[in-house]
Amino acid sequence: MAELTYREALRRALDEELERDDRVFLMGEEIGRFEGSYKVTAGLWAKYGPKRVRETPISEEGFVGAGIGAAMLGLRPVVEIMTINFILVAQDMVVNHAAKIRYMFGGKVGVPMVIRTPGGAGAQLTAQHSQSLEVWFAHVPGLKVVAPSNPADAYGLLKSAIRDDDPVLFVENLVLYNVTGSVPEPEEDFTLPLGRAHVAREGTDLTIVAHSYTVRRALAVADRLAQSGFEAEVVDLRTLRPLDVDTVVESVRKTNRVLIAEEGWATYGVGAELAARIGRACFDDLDAPPERVAGAEVPMPYAKPLELAALALEDKVEAAARSLLAECGLVGSA
Amino acid sequence: MARAVDEVHDVLQDGEQALRLLRLMLLIRRFEERAEEQYTRARIGGYLHLAIGEEAANVGSIDCLGPDDYLFTSYRDHAAALAVGSSPAAVMAELFGKVTGVARGYGGSMHLLDVDRRFLGGWGIVGGHLPIAVGAALALDYRDVAGAVLCQFGDGATNIGAFHEALNLAAVWSLPIVFQVINNLYGMGTSVEQSSAEPELYKRACAYRMHGERVDGNDLLAVREAAGRLLTRAREESRPALLETTTYRFRGHSVADAGKAYRTAEELASWRERDPIARYAGLLREHDLLDDGQLESMRKEVADEVSEAIREAAAAPAPDLGGLYENVYGDERWREQFERMDTAAPFGERMETRSWQS
Ligand SMILES: Cc1ncc(C[n+]2csc(CCOP(=O)(O)OP(=O)(O)O)c2C)c(N)n1
Ligand SMILES: [Mg+2]
Repeated sequence: MAELTYREALRRALDEELERDDRVFLMGEEIGRFEGSYKVTAGLWAKYGPKRVRETPISEEGFVGAGIGAAMLGLRPVVEIMTINFILVAQDMVVNHAAKIRYMFGGKVGVPMVIRTPGGAGAQLTAQHSQSLEVWFAHVPGLKVVAPSNPADAYGLLKSAIRDDDPVLFVENLVLYNVTGSVPEPEEDFTLPLGRAHVAREGTDLTIVAHSYTVRRALAVADRLAQSGFEAEVVDLRTLRPLDVDTVVESVRKTNRVLIAEEGWATYGVGAELAARIGRACFDDLDAPPERVAGAEVPMPYAKPLELAALALEDKVEAAARSLLAECGLVGSA
Repeated sequence: MARAVDEVHDVLQDGEQALRLLRLMLLIRRFEERAEEQYTRARIGGYLHLAIGEEAANVGSIDCLGPDDYLFTSYRDHAAALAVGSSPAAVMAELFGKVTGVARGYGGSMHLLDVDRRFLGGWGIVGGHLPIAVGAALALDYRDVAGAVLCQFGDGATNIGAFHEALNLAAVWSLPIVFQVINNLYGMGTSVEQSSAEPELYKRACAYRMHGERVDGNDLLAVREAAGRLLTRAREESRPALLETTTYRFRGHSVADAGKAYRTAEELASWRERDPIARYAGLLREHDLLDDGQLESMRKEVADEVSEAIREAAAAPAPDLGGLYENVYGDERWREQFERMDTAAPFGERMETRSWQS
């Protein structure tokens, strides 16, 4: 095990897959000489050269489409979109093309492509640069959506995504890049399966379900709740599509209470999807209806106090958790 | 060409006018330097893209805007805001996220605007505002207003689909718009040569049978002459054009980029020798329109003005938290319903009795 940042873990996964499989190549804006806008690909252009690490103009629709075409011929492109906000320019390629190809053409051809892109907010980047749009893609049959919350998961899931035969949207998070954690050594060829959630913390009183950066917030909130005598279980979804409903349901059957936390907007979001499924699967187990906590339903404002008010920060998640517990007659020790 | 010379002389024969333009460029330079410093003091957050080195490309074209003309630009927009005449204090306040800012602290550095001066924004998605600017030109045409639109963007934006769609639309609809590509030779770290199959960007106009031309963007009067001529043509003949102004940013792409990894110190130095402000000041000196004393006092004046802007911005209040849900939609009567779509729904505020409980 090595102590790596989320950024370094991603880089290691890319490096290993480039080394392992010559069908794998990277493509994106500023990923070469400039080493990536968020430096994930640092050193790879120098190591593998411009054929394997292809720099693109600012042409998202063009190079996502080119990734699809190359994948149809059996290459394994890993396309970087600088931040998830800019994928909207390529949305037609992702949703109307990549997601449809295998099915529409009767299974005769597939698109083994990964699109890596960071989402998230919190650095005052304002409305056009602070979105968590992963649920848009999780809505679409034909796509897989992965959103790791820590360095080891980022490493193991990215390698699996690259080896997967279908288009995967791999959602990173701007605020996670500098977070550190232990990551297995390359010799182990560690991978994590797509579509499996993970119980990041065990507990008995309440389940908090989250993905990406929000898992960290949920874990911090669980620590705070523990100080009042409540043990929260935290389920890290890891993958939004396919969704591992079983792990969530199993947890909720144990705790009887569930809070779904997400960074994006709640309406039509991850919490909405899970609440519907939990409501059916755990109807007799629940002490209260599933609760959601998410970002305020506004375009992200710039001014720091407004931004803080719009984000689903620890305090807001904690308040929602305590409110849910209180609803069930549980008021913790001070 | 004859016209060009006339125009140039126009400014050089009017000392007041000539000095006003110099002062504006000095103000922008000073504003940007101080904004950079305020960023390092964490009074400004988010991204901050400075236009140091690009003053002439901005002032030269924006100064040609008339009372019915509109301006659009990218996120590198402080210079544009100051050039249209927005108050430095209100622009600085926006950078500080204060309620006295041009967008009330909601937009920040990348999303400046000044509706009264028909400056319709700083925009953050590369190329995204080009079709929108075409729509503004369409509205002028629709209403038969003799105005034009100036739409500025970077060299990098010429490679995105929206650029091509926008130019084609403007041409087939024959709209009064001047597309100004501020070619500072780089996107972030990618050079124009690397990213553009035709690096002489003005030539792209040919594909749309549109007039295209390139001028030295560090030559204030050359930019002013070309932009003035093309805007007049747009107003009078309702014809679009593509104007390429070549320039250089002395700083990195944003304050987060040192701007050194992808370009050489020699390259930067050679462009510093072509500093648009020094160059214009030199020209004014040659024409006996400026002496060292005047330049010094002008520098001091703008420095004071920017210091005052910083003082005012620092003293101003942040937006009220109660305004978080304001202006998501135009009709405030909808606000309550949308607020109730927040996660404490379905029946409102957390901790209150829910109807299913009673
Ligand atoms: C569609 C889109 N892709 C990527 C980005 C990230 N990005 C912001 S600025 C920039 C470079 C733009 O360069 P250029 O158009 O030359 O303008 P300059 O910054 O040089 O003024 C990039 C890639 C973005 N904002 N929008
Ligand atoms: Mg540029």
